[in-house]
Parts: sequence; structure tokens; C-alpha cells
Amino acid sequence: MNFHLVSLGVSMLRRDWRAGEWRILLLALLLATGSISTVGLFSDRVKQALQQESHALLGADLRVTSVRPVSPDYREEAIRLGLRVSATANFPSMLSTDSHNLLGEILAIDKGYPLRGALRISDHSNDTDTLHDDGKIANTIPERGTIWADERLFRRLDVKLGQSIQVGNLKMRLSERVVKDVDQALSFTSIAPRIQINMADLPATGLVQEGSRITYRLLVAGNAQAVAKFRQWAEPRLQNGEKLEDVRDARPEIRQSLERADHFLGLAALMTYVLAGIAMALAARQFISRHLDACAVMRCLGATQNQVMGLFLYQFILLGLAGILLGCLIGWAVQAILVASVQSLQAANLPSPGLMPVIQAGLSGMTLLMGFTFLPLWQLKSVTPLRVIRRELGPPNRNTGLMYAIGGSVLIGLFVWQAGSIKLGLTVLAGLGGGMTLFGLIAWFSLRLLSRLPMSNRHLFTNLARHGKANAIQIVALSIGGMSLLLLTLVRSELMQNWIERLPPDAPNRFIVNVQPEQRVAVQQFFIRQGLPQPSLSPMVRGRLIAINGRPVKGDDYPDSRARALAERETNLSWSADVPAGNRVVQGSWWHSATGGVNEHEISMEEGIATTLGIKLGDTLAYDIAGDEFQGKVTSLRKLRWDSMQVNFFVMTAPGLLDNYPASYISSFYLPRDKLRSGDALLKAFPNLLVIDTEAIIRQVRHIMDQIAQTLGAVFMFTLLSGLAVLYAALLATRDERVLQAAILRTLGADSRYLHRQQLIEFALLGTLSGLLAAAGAAGLGWILARNVLEIHFSAPATLWLSGLIGGMAIVMLAGWLVMRKIVKLPPLIILNT
Amino acid sequence: MAFIVQAINLGKQVSSGGQPLHILHDVNFNVEAHESLAILGASGSGKSTLLGLLAGLDVPTQGTVMLDGNDLFQFDEDQRARLRGRLAGFVFQSFQLLPALSALENVMLPLELQGQDHAREQAAEVLEKVGLAHRLTHLPKHLSGGEQQRVALARAFVSRPKILFADEPTGNLDAATGTQVIKLMMEMNRTQGTTLILVTHDEALANQCDRQLRLLGGKLVQD
Repeated sequence: MNFHLVSLGVSMLRRDWRAGEWRILLLALLLATGSISTVGLFSDRVKQALQQESHALLGADLRVTSVRPVSPDYREEAIRLGLRVSATANFPSMLSTDSHNLLGEILAIDKGYPLRGALRISDHSNDTDTLHDDGKIANTIPERGTIWADERLFRRLDVKLGQSIQVGNLKMRLSERVVKDVDQALSFTSIAPRIQINMADLPATGLVQEGSRITYRLLVAGNAQAVAKFRQWAEPRLQNGEKLEDVRDARPEIRQSLERADHFLGLAALMTYVLAGIAMALAARQFISRHLDACAVMRCLGATQNQVMGLFLYQFILLGLAGILLGCLIGWAVQAILVASVQSLQAANLPSPGLMPVIQAGLSGMTLLMGFTFLPLWQLKSVTPLRVIRRELGPPNRNTGLMYAIGGSVLIGLFVWQAGSIKLGLTVLAGLGGGMTLFGLIAWFSLRLLSRLPMSNRHLFTNLARHGKANAIQIVALSIGGMSLLLLTLVRSELMQNWIERLPPDAPNRFIVNVQPEQRVAVQQFFIRQGLPQPSLSPMVRGRLIAINGRPVKGDDYPDSRARALAERETNLSWSADVPAGNRVVQGSWWHSATGGVNEHEISMEEGIATTLGIKLGDTLAYDIAGDEFQGKVTSLRKLRWDSMQVNFFVMTAPGLLDNYPASYISSFYLPRDKLRSGDALLKAFPNLLVIDTEAIIRQVRHIMDQIAQTLGAVFMFTLLSGLAVLYAALLATRDERVLQAAILRTLGADSRYLHRQQLIEFALLGTLSGLLAAAGAAGLGWILARNVLEIHFSAPATLWLSGLIGGMAIVMLAGWLVMRKIVKLPPLIILNT
Repeated sequence: MAFIVQAINLGKQVSSGGQPLHILHDVNFNVEAHESLAILGASGSGKSTLLGLLAGLDVPTQGTVMLDGNDLFQFDEDQRARLRGRLAGFVFQSFQLLPALSALENVMLPLELQGQDHAREQAAEVLEKVGLAHRLTHLPKHLSGGEQQRVALARAFVSRPKILFADEPTGNLDAATGTQVIKLMMEMNRTQGTTLILVTHDEALANQCDRQLRLLGGKLVQD
């Protein structure tokens, strides 16, 4: 490194700074790093908060589930990482009183259970009046020798609190009624009532024997980073019969909502990258064109090409470092303010955000700066010194294409990094790139077209068309800025509204499982009698996947623990003539023949499970259903809207194919708070039914939506600022040229009124075109977000177009007037001389 | 006697609309150290091109220039720049001060580029000589044309060049100011013993030089 050059770079930076040359570039840089770090830090914490809350549905942040006692290594490692741990063991067993016997599920729990969320218990007996007291939070676990049980056990064994129940070799006293279980909703298969006992009692029951079907779980919870570390450590150590589960693995509804949150916040960040990049490119372009003369003079004064280049490079690096540091500080501060201002985030008591988003923002800012300025610097380097006597010699422009190519690839790289997926990053970028090119072409053609119209003011348009390329670029920049504004305001609220409406207040909050075929009519009549809407019952047959294309399926074939679990356990198969609501066929097509195919059985599969199990369209699957083999061919793949809270099936067939297999029926319905007794009456009338309360899940899904709707405003605020920076940079970019043109016109006799009018008409036209394109862009982006991220319907409101048109015109005219106002008043000679 | 500048068969040809266009044709002359030379000619006669070639700012299509014994066009662009830094000073019609730099900083720049110490003191001293001691911290836009050109003179002389190239130095100034600037330039030229090569279309100014060259249509018509 050349220290003399560095110190000269420092003084030049200081001098140029004083003259205001760096301001717009620094502003762009601050916005880039500030917004990237804010969005990164903030969305990171929002995601953490949402996840942490969701974990209450699981009782833990992460569980190690095993068919054998969980190896103590896991517990030791979790403790070493500072995590809280607890353990459970559950299995089916007979429970008996003197008069009744019942198959129940025993859950032995250890101190600290649950690590997330809470059990609610009540010491009131199960008379109808107190059935819906909310109970109190259980701060302990059952004392030794006692059991806690849920409502179903009380009803089916006909017992009261204080009575004894035989559990294996132990006679245990029923001490509390469980009002709200932690992970009750997790398993549709556990139709049996559940009791909780103290883990220490487990050996004495004598139920732990060779061949017992016991599921052991180690629960861990704590700092998100430590949990992630634990997961990383544990994953490669998993043995056969062991798996890791977090709420995403266990609850598809929550997983999908969190993923949507992720995507939405991620897209906001991507948008910021693009805007920051554009602002940076515009600022750099302006900077370079203003420094051509200085470079030529320095070359005259004996500076070598490398000196000129080095001088600017050092300045850029210094500016970059300062900008990044400041930007990251701003990002950190804004993020802290945001977290403090959103109450639920405050309450979540989040661990401080990691440094990663800051590092990412810093690197991105520097990369953007260098990506968009390095080649312009290269151009400065090769400015001919002859420019000092021959002004008309511009920068060598053979490299502009290459410059944008390099800047573009930098942006692509950052995009893919930020998006975390090459496909998503490239899709969004291709869309944006395509859109921008299209905008540019439309702008260019429109200007040309206008200049040919037979109108008295045609010369104004001719002037715009003459600088067609530059003006088209300006229009693209203006419309991208405007697009972000419209997206922030109109489209965002419309999208959020539609999204939240998709989960209406009467979204199903109960599932009924195990309705027998002969009970169907009676159950439906029961609903009518209770004044509840008649539920639609979906058939369900349980089967296990045994072969794909004739190749037997074994859990061991899948390294992934989720896939292994899916391969090993039974699946619910259902049938339907039509595509169920909330399902969308994404590959193949729904039943070719109404009856399900004369030649071949057709199967429709959920996309995600098909991917996990490596099943493709056209594969032949064999299921073992109650000892019989059922074969079919996959003819369609479906995408499910899990967060619609409707009954969903991974595997479906056409009607008629599964008629000979034992089926039960399942449904979801909305139970209003004032009809809670109907729920109890249902269970009294049909004791074999299992009613699962999904209220907590709905609440969580709704909460995630609310949080995103709320926080998105904050995240987009930066996008908005970046948009404004782009607007400003775009106007500044042509300022010098406009100034010169105004001076020449003044010299030729134009008065300031004429100049004002001419400028304003030009700005109005630019604004109108940009505004309309911005509205089109916002509508397009809104549509893409609605379709691909939120999976809702979206049509652009009429106000969008109107706001684009009027807003575009007004803002550009106003900004243009502000930028040009002094210029038209200056004596032309001053302008021409400088 | 050794010549400090020699133009040897110097020519420049560009292609314009597919046709070759001779801007300079076979120019030969020598300049002695401490001599002052005016290059005269009408607009488009090629005088600015000639100056650019003599200073190594542009590359000829034919012939070469010897500068203080160095064959300019045997060098690459960077070597020429270093040679310029060591040997030459420049004054331009449009002053070419860096707008972001104060008067003092503009004058310091050539010294800073060469990595010299005490740039500030040297620059202040020269600015005092051109009568701008009270204007050190002003930005060019706050200086009059005459003052700007005096800053440019200070910048040209601060590195004690052997040769001063001046391109229409009074072109942007009124007559009275122009006369003052020329007087100053000639005086500094004498006291520093610099060789002056001046391009102008002003006969009176040219007559103050030791020798005049006249260009017509890219050819030397009078030596």
C-alpha cells in the first residue's frame, strides 16, 4: 500500500466532502447498509419471537424423540450449551377402576415440563358448570403417586377427583383435571384419553418392559442460537428410531405461517437491495461524470493512471468503511427502537440479535459500492489528459456495458445470498430485471411517439426524445422508486387485509376425529339440533406406504429424520371427487375419470411430502391398508394451505377406490365461545369421538399474521427511504445537463417563465410516465406476492393507478422544481462559465 | 546547443466520416531552454492539437517529440505523466481548477501528487507571489476569472517546471485582466528561467515571446 497516496486520498476525501460531492453516494450507502442491517436484524428478531411463541405449542424449542431411552449424551450437551432440559415418556396402557377399563395414553413427565407454554389444571370436578373454567397454570408436575387427567378420562371412566385409578402395578390418586394440554393437538392418532404422571413413578408401574411401545422424549429450550447449535450437534448423531422435532416439523400450519413471514420479510430486504443498488449506481454515475475534469487535470499534472485510480479507490474504501460503520449503527439503533415499540416483541424478552445480519449488511454495502463504482473508476483512470484542452472528449465509454454487467452480477450474488435460495433470488431478480427493461423500452417508445404527434408543443417532447436513452433510464429509476412507495402504502394494506381475511373469525377451531360411518348422519343431525352449521365429514383410511415403483420402502433408506418418520408411520388416506378447498394442483391433473380411472387407480399427493419421500408424478405407490395391499399411480401433486385450518390430507384418491377398507370420518368446525356446551354435549352423545381444540394454533397463526402486518410497515420504511433516495439521485443525475440547457436557452432569449414552463412540462411528462409504470410495477409485484407468498387473491385497487398517475406527476414536478428553481434565475454567463 | 523541445516530423491524422483528415502535417521545429515561443493560428489550424502532442497529452500518428532529451512516444502513458509532473507546468484557457479544492489546495496538488513535503508552505508562497495571499481558502467559484487564472499560474509554477505550456491563457479574460495575467506569467517565466510554449490567436500576446510559429491548415508556415 502506498501511504502517500492513502494520505492524499484522505485529504481529497475531506476536500470533496466539503464540496458536497460525496453526499449522495454516502446517502445511498447509508441507506443500503442501514436498511439491510435493520431489515436483517429486525426480521431476525421477529422470526425468533414468533418461533419462540410457537414453541409453546410443543412444550419445547426442540425435542429429541426416540423409541429407546434418549442417550444421556444429548442431555449433557444441551446442559453444556446452557439449555433447559426436561424429559417425557409416553405410551398406551390400560387404566382401570373397580368398575371400568379403558385404553389410555400415559405421559410421564419430568421436572420443568413443559419448557415452553403451560399446562392449565383445575381442582374442580367435572360437573358441567365448571367445565369451562380456564383453570390455573400448573407450576409443578404431578406429585408422586398422583395423576392428572383430561376431561375424556373423567367422562369415560366415570370418576371424580380424589378417586384412585390403577396404572400398571400402582394405584394412583386422581389429583387434578387438565384443562389445557400443551401438545394435545399434535397427534390425531391419540384418540385415547391422556393422563400425566410423575416420571419418578414410571418404574414402579412395571409398565416399562421389553416390547413396550414407549416414546421417549428429551425436551430442550433456551437461547435460539444455543438451540441451533444443539440441533447442529445432534443431527449427525441421530440413531435409527431417533428424530429431532421443532414446531415446524410438528405443526405444518405454523410452519407455513412462519415461512410466509420469512418470505415476506426477505422480499422486503431484497427490495431494499435493489433500490440501494440503483441509488448507488446513479450516484456513482453522477460522481464519475463530475470528476472527469479533475482526473484529466491530475493526469496533466503528472499523476499516473494508477495514481488516479488509487486515489479514488482509497477514497471509496474510506467512504465505504465510514458509511458502513455509520449505516450499521443506524441499523442497530433503528432495530432496537422498533423492537421496543412493538409490545409483544418486548414481552418476548428476546436474546440480543446476532452479529451476522450486521456483517452481512456491511459486506453487502461494500460490495454494492465497489460493484457499482469499480468500473466507473476504471473509466476515470483512462480519461485522456487531452480533455483539458478538448472538452468534448468524454469518458471512454466502451466499458459501460461491462460496468453494468459487473454491478449486476454483484447484485445477483447478494440477492442469492440474501434470498438463501438460488431459485428464489434469480426468480425475483429476473422479474425485476425484465420489468425494468420493459419499463425502459415503454418509456423510450412513448417519448419517441410523443415527439411525433402533430401538436404545437411538440418541440418539448422532441427535446425529451432526443435524450431518449438517458430519460428512459431516469424514468425507470423514478418508477422503481415510485413502485416502492405504492407497494408500501396501497398494495401492502390491501394484501394484508386480504391475507387476514382469509382466516376469518369463524375459521375452524375444533377437529372431530373418529366418526364411524354409521354415526355420520347422527353427528350431522346433532349439529343441526345445536344450531351449528352442518360439518362436512371427510373419509379417512389409515395405511402405510410399503413400496414406491415396486421397491419396498424402509425408514432406513431416508437419511432425513422427517422423511424416515413419514416412511415409518401410517398415513391418512382420503378420497374426494373434487379438489378440496384450500388445495391447488401444482403438477399433473385431478382425476382423469370421475370414478377414479377404469384402468388404473389414481393418487394425488401433497407436494412437500412427495419431495421428502422422493416421489414423482407417475410413480406407482403401494399402501398396506389393514393387511391388504392397495396400489395406485401418482397423477397429481397438490399444494395445501395448512394455515386455512381445514382438514387436509397428504394422500387422496378418487371416490370408490377405498370403499372396501375400514374408514372413519373427520371434520373441522367453528365452535363459538357461547356454544362451548355443544362441544361437551357432542362428546356425551358420541363418547368415541375425539374433539381436538385447535384454538391455540389459530391464535398463533393469527398472531403471526398480525405481527407481520404490524412490523412490515417498519421494515418497509427503509424501502421507502431508499425509494426516495432513488428519486432524488435520478433527478440529480440529469441536473447538470438541464442547467446547461437552461443557460443556453436563456442566452437565446428565453425568459424564466418560458424556462419554468418548459421544465415543468418535461417533469410532468416524466412524472406521469414514471407514475403509471410505478403503479403497474406495484400491481405486478403485489400480484406475485399474493400468488406465491401469501397464496391469496389480489387485484390492484383503482386508487393505485390514480395515485401513481397523480402522485408521480406531482412528486416529480415538485422535486424537479426544487432542484431547478435557482437555476433558471441565475445569469446564464455564470452557468456557461462554470 | 541542446534543445529542450524538439518536434520531429510530427503529424496527426484522424478519420472523419471514413475519410482521413490531416490535423497536423509534418511539423518540425526546436525550442531552446529558457526560450519563449508562441504558436499562432486561426481556429481549427491545429494549434491546440500541436500543444497536446508537445506535452504528451495526445499521441501522434507520425513523428515524435523530444522533451528534455526524452523521446516522448517511446514512453507509455504513465511514463509520460511522470515526465510531465517533473518537467512541465500547464495553464489553460478554462483554468481547469478543481472546483472542490480551495485555491491553496489546487496549488498544493502537483506537489502532493509527487509526494513532496511542505506542499502547503510552498503553495502559499507561490500564491503570495501572484498576489492571492488573502484568497488561500477560497473555492474557485468564489474567485474572479483573473484570480482563477492566477491560481492556475501558481499551480503551474509551484513545481518549478522546466517548461510551461499555456493554451490561450487569456481566452476567457477581459483585456485588462488578460494583460495583468500575461505580465505575471512572463515575469515568473523570467525569474524561474522556464521555457514557455504558448498557443494563442492574439498577435500582441505572441509578440511578447522570443519567437513565433504560425500554423495554417495543420502545416507550419513560418518559423
